[in-house]
Amino acid sequence: MSVDRRKFLKAAAVTGAAVAAAPAAVEARERRVPPPDAKGMLYDATKCIGCKTCVVACKQANNMPIDDREMGDGLYDAPTDLNSRTKNVIKLYREGERISYMKAQCMHCVDPSCINACMMGSLKKREYGVVTWHGERCTGCRYCGIACPYGVPKYEYEKAWPKVVKCELCAEREGKPFQPACCEVCPREAVIAGNYTDLLAEAKRRLAANPDRYEPKVFGETDGGGTQVLYLSAAGVPFDKLGLPDLGPEPVPQLQQVIQHGIYQGAVIPVALLAVFAGAVWRSHRQQGEGKGGQS
Amino acid sequence: MSSHATPAPLGGKIWTPFFQFLAGVFAVSVILMIWRFVAGLGAVTGLSDAYPWGIWIAFDVVIGTALGCGGYAMALLVYIFNRGQYHPLVRPAVLTSALGYTMAAIAINIDVGRTPYIYKIPFMPHWWNLNSVLLEVALCVMAYVAVLWFELAPALFETWRKGSSSFFRWLADTFDPIIRKLMIPILAIGVLLPTMHQSSLGALMMLAGNKLHGLWQSPLLPLLFLISCIGMGYAVVVFEAHLSSRAFRRPSEAPMLARLGVVTGWITVAYLAIRLGDLVVRGKLGLAFQPSFQALAFWVEIALFAGAAFLMLTPARRGRAMTQFNAAVMIILAGSLYRIDTYLTGYNPGDNWSYFPALPEILITLGILALEIMAYLYIVKRYPILAGGSSTAPARA
Repeated sequence: MSVDRRKFLKAAAVTGAAVAAAPAAVEARERRVPPPDAKGMLYDATKCIGCKTCVVACKQANNMPIDDREMGDGLYDAPTDLNSRTKNVIKLYREGERISYMKAQCMHCVDPSCINACMMGSLKKREYGVVTWHGERCTGCRYCGIACPYGVPKYEYEKAWPKVVKCELCAEREGKPFQPACCEVCPREAVIAGNYTDLLAEAKRRLAANPDRYEPKVFGETDGGGTQVLYLSAAGVPFDKLGLPDLGPEPVPQLQQVIQHGIYQGAVIPVALLAVFAGAVWRSHRQQGEGKGGQS
Repeated sequence: MSSHATPAPLGGKIWTPFFQFLAGVFAVSVILMIWRFVAGLGAVTGLSDAYPWGIWIAFDVVIGTALGCGGYAMALLVYIFNRGQYHPLVRPAVLTSALGYTMAAIAINIDVGRTPYIYKIPFMPHWWNLNSVLLEVALCVMAYVAVLWFELAPALFETWRKGSSSFFRWLADTFDPIIRKLMIPILAIGVLLPTMHQSSLGALMMLAGNKLHGLWQSPLLPLLFLISCIGMGYAVVVFEAHLSSRAFRRPSEAPMLARLGVVTGWITVAYLAIRLGDLVVRGKLGLAFQPSFQALAFWVEIALFAGAAFLMLTPARRGRAMTQFNAAVMIILAGSLYRIDTYLTGYNPGDNWSYFPALPEILITLGILALEIMAYLYIVKRYPILAGGSSTAPARA
């Protein structure tokens, strides 16, 4: 018994050492940066007049059905939020006299939570860092919906063969791939598309030129590890009022990935555990007089 | 070791009034399941984009598999920590686990929106996203369902070998020696897999980030899920032993269960220490004193765990069958509530959203539960699962 216990403790110590060594291995989880060719959008809430032209253009470019569910009379295509028929929407923030519009769509995160969640890689970051959905791999588990801090991936609950619906930066737009329709039609250039680095520089230029006009921050530069869609908000309207949560600079998947990869790095710990378990089972079978095996 | 009572089929009528009632519940749920595949998830559930996961995940899968940890918890005790005296409790525990996990697998097939593509998870490894915790859970659970039925197979073979069907006799004669030869690796894998996926079921919700309330969101979610599922596994074994000894008028196993209760009690103490310590270290304990529904749910959780540990560890009480049963029920409720809170109550996707399961959704869950109980009753009456005989007093190994 004492020998067995010593063996067991030795194996346990090996496992423990592996657990202790794991954090060192995972600090190496590299900080993601936007790819060199990253594209994105910049939305300036101080320029938006809430005309919703972008909402209409988005629906046309993506062949989305109208959403008259809130209005009920079939006369208006009037989505009130992102949903399975709406990849882009303009919302209104109002508090007393102060109002601001807000454009919601996929943020195309630098280190997307949804992509970490997705079992079979049906969500992936494609060329230009655009996050797209690929139905042939999707089981419809909806973990992406749990994972996304912005509530972006929408799901066709009303259908027997549902799809995940989200902005893909018009990746598949006929004749104009990766040219977002919303940016093309905006009469005030409140939302513009372009290269990520140019957009970030432009956002910072606006902040520097008109510090009194804006909240002193470009949302998306670092938030939740960074997003390829950037936001400027009017002074006095914090971003969380626009539905952009305060995530801090850590990528949303960081903690889970660090811990999970720490445990499973190189399958060292599972294999070590399996060896310990197999040894222990073998010992107990021998000692409990069940050399013939089995559960009897 | 000295002989422990041999398991034997209980015999008796299958088609009892209670069984007929269960069959009725299941029949209703089958109709609703068909409707779900015709009309989509929205037609039968309260799910929404804000609450993509409801009771089918939180109850059927997360709680269902945790309650199915009896086999895992007993294997840890009997095979890993070499406590052979608990052997009579292993077979019933493995049966409950096999059924619990199989029902969870059925629930997943109903819950995912694109069920026909589930086969791609095991068969398209080149698509695997190795960063996905859910992928690990899915693969582990699939493998573990198979492992549990392998572990149970010798018991089924015993009956088949004596049966009238020549096919089943052939199955038993052919595969029994193979499975018995492979039993050591099967048992070892059967301990590894739940260690992995039960902790990962906690790790899953770490990705919800700020959407999960501070009383539950924690880097220790995997550890807390793992420890509590082992406690729940033992509690289910105790619960089931008392229930079956009463229902089938079998001898009580109270002395052995008292000792198992002590194990469970200390596991629960460890759980509580880590749970509360984590909240203190992260500075989130204050959230428990805010007037919120979440704070109330948290205290109910803690009170149930603590109360159960008290009952199981008090020498004057723990020998009594009623105390053991109550403590087991409290652990089961506490662990289940912890999971419901982590997946639903503590999950807040934003204001103006709420989730409550729709009636068909609840009925489908009840139908799956009814199927599980029917399968249990059928198997213990026809197959040698429960230890019969005059005495099941434990023998020291």
